[in-house]
Amino acid sequence: MLFSLILRNTFRHRLRTLLTIAGLAVAVLAFGLLSTVISAWYAGAEGASQARLITRNSTSLIFPLPLTYREKIRQVDGVRAVTVTNWFGGVYKEPKNFFPQFAIEAESYLDIYREYRLTDAERREFLRDRKACIVGAKLARTYGFKVGDTITLSGRLYPGQWDFVIRGIYTGRDARTDVGQMLFHWDYVNETMKKRAPARVNEVGAYVVDIADPARAAEISRAIDVQFMNSMAETLTETDRAFQLGFVSRTESIVVAVRIVSYLVIFIILAVMANTMAMTVRERTAEYATLKALGFAPLFVMLLIYGESLAIAALGGLLGIAATFPAAAAFAATLGKFFAVFEVANTTVALQALCALAVGLVSAFFPARRAARVKIVDGLRSIG
Amino acid sequence: MSAPLAFPGVAALASPLISLRDIVKTYRRGQQQVPVLGGISFDIGKGEFLALMGPSGSGKSTLLNLIAGIDRPDSGQLIVAGEDIGQLDEAELADWRARNVGFIFQFYNLMPVLSALENVELPLLLKDMGKRERRERALLALEMVGLAERAEHAPSELSGGQQQRVAIARALITDPTLIVADEPTGDLDRESASDILRLMQRLNDEIGKTIVMVTHDSRAAQHAHAIMHLEKGELSAREEVRA
Repeated sequence: MLFSLILRNTFRHRLRTLLTIAGLAVAVLAFGLLSTVISAWYAGAEGASQARLITRNSTSLIFPLPLTYREKIRQVDGVRAVTVTNWFGGVYKEPKNFFPQFAIEAESYLDIYREYRLTDAERREFLRDRKACIVGAKLARTYGFKVGDTITLSGRLYPGQWDFVIRGIYTGRDARTDVGQMLFHWDYVNETMKKRAPARVNEVGAYVVDIADPARAAEISRAIDVQFMNSMAETLTETDRAFQLGFVSRTESIVVAVRIVSYLVIFIILAVMANTMAMTVRERTAEYATLKALGFAPLFVMLLIYGESLAIAALGGLLGIAATFPAAAAFAATLGKFFAVFEVANTTVALQALCALAVGLVSAFFPARRAARVKIVDGLRSIG
Repeated sequence: MSAPLAFPGVAALASPLISLRDIVKTYRRGQQQVPVLGGISFDIGKGEFLALMGPSGSGKSTLLNLIAGIDRPDSGQLIVAGEDIGQLDEAELADWRARNVGFIFQFYNLMPVLSALENVELPLLLKDMGKRERRERALLALEMVGLAERAEHAPSELSGGQQQRVAIARALITDPTLIVADEPTGDLDRESASDILRLMQRLNDEIGKTIVMVTHDSRAAQHAHAIMHLEKGELSAREEVRA
């Protein structure tokens, strides 16, 4: 009868309960979406391999490194392979159509980035054709790209119009793999630049270094940087993860703000729910006093109140969690191009459930304590 | 301190069920101490139906609350069914109430979300009893008060008189030593009030329940064996009504 009493009490003021549940569901949904945005922010770093190092110009990423560094890096003890990558920064039709484009040394790059999956035929075609490119599956979906299509980019960093033929659509090894990029041949860009801007040939944005033993990452990084110390282009080598986190740290204050807002939303609904429970308990003081007069212990009264609060929290929490998935999908469809990965993580769902549970427990605490402590004769005198 | 009143009839009780000795109770109102009961002593016999009367603020409900174990005296001794209830801690007192006291309130105090049957069944949750047995007993109690056919109705679907009968069935269900009733007819029309009082008299006459009832209504008090008058926290008289 205890559960029956809890459930019936929960829906005694149907409108009030439904509004509270709706409020909680919206808060849990907002918390889930904001947490997913934060996770998406860090997705690049999360998906980064521990066995990869990035070597760039120590002054800034916008300053290139000479192509001659490649062989020197390759000879460092512990290095398995080296490849080249250049941020291209072209515009596809309009500036609003932003997506990452990289000029790469194709064969070695694909060997190192094993999480990018292409069929053998696609790989072969991509390597064979100097004007070829490959695009990630998400990017292909967004713009309707198909194999054989030509993508024309207007260069901003690299002047002129650039035509690339799609020879493959790559997929990711897992959900954390970035499948929103466009990759094409660094050789093609470099050759073209010989005609368009000869002063900028043989320049590399960054080297990606594949190492055999991730435990030696710090030591190998130091060994690479020492080689180029006091040169015209000193290097800074760090793990892929640290490199990605470096990008995130530039926008850290936004992430912190989003995180604060997400917890603020939960705090607001906690205040609303606590008020609801306080009102409910005040209205039922005489009933709780009656139960105590009949011989029920204060703990029984507390159980009724906690049970009701937790029932509301559970319903609101479950609805909020259930709504997070379609809402995140809709969010990804609209704004997903800004995030390499936009998926609701298990930890986010667990945090949502934990927040709902905490709201249920905390909002019942003071009303339950008050109901348990109130003297029977005082309780019987109260009018709900 | 005052000696127990030697009322006629009470002296004849071989062993009183309820024995009050020098009961003092004071309430605090802000900084002020308001004396409510000033050293009351009397006995109530087993099987007696006693009406407590007096003007508002005379202390009759306070006295009833003390006898029922939902309030504590500032001093004095209160023995009910052989137990000095002033010595019990809160948990023991709650357990004692569950075993020994049935409550009838002025405003019925039923749980609005439970049916009549579930309301009657409620005190049995404190007993080691299966669901089926609880149901059977509750139905039997509702039959005793003539409400078996309304068992599944919610309190809001019953008249005031019917709700009070459900409350009486709830008070009876655990077969308590004592039934306390605080203005049980105070919220009822004359006809329903008469029904309720006849029912309480039947419980007293036929199954020998000891009943202590607080009332303003002298007609209601006529259903009791005896009436005790309280005035300004002092017992002033005991009046024998019926044998």
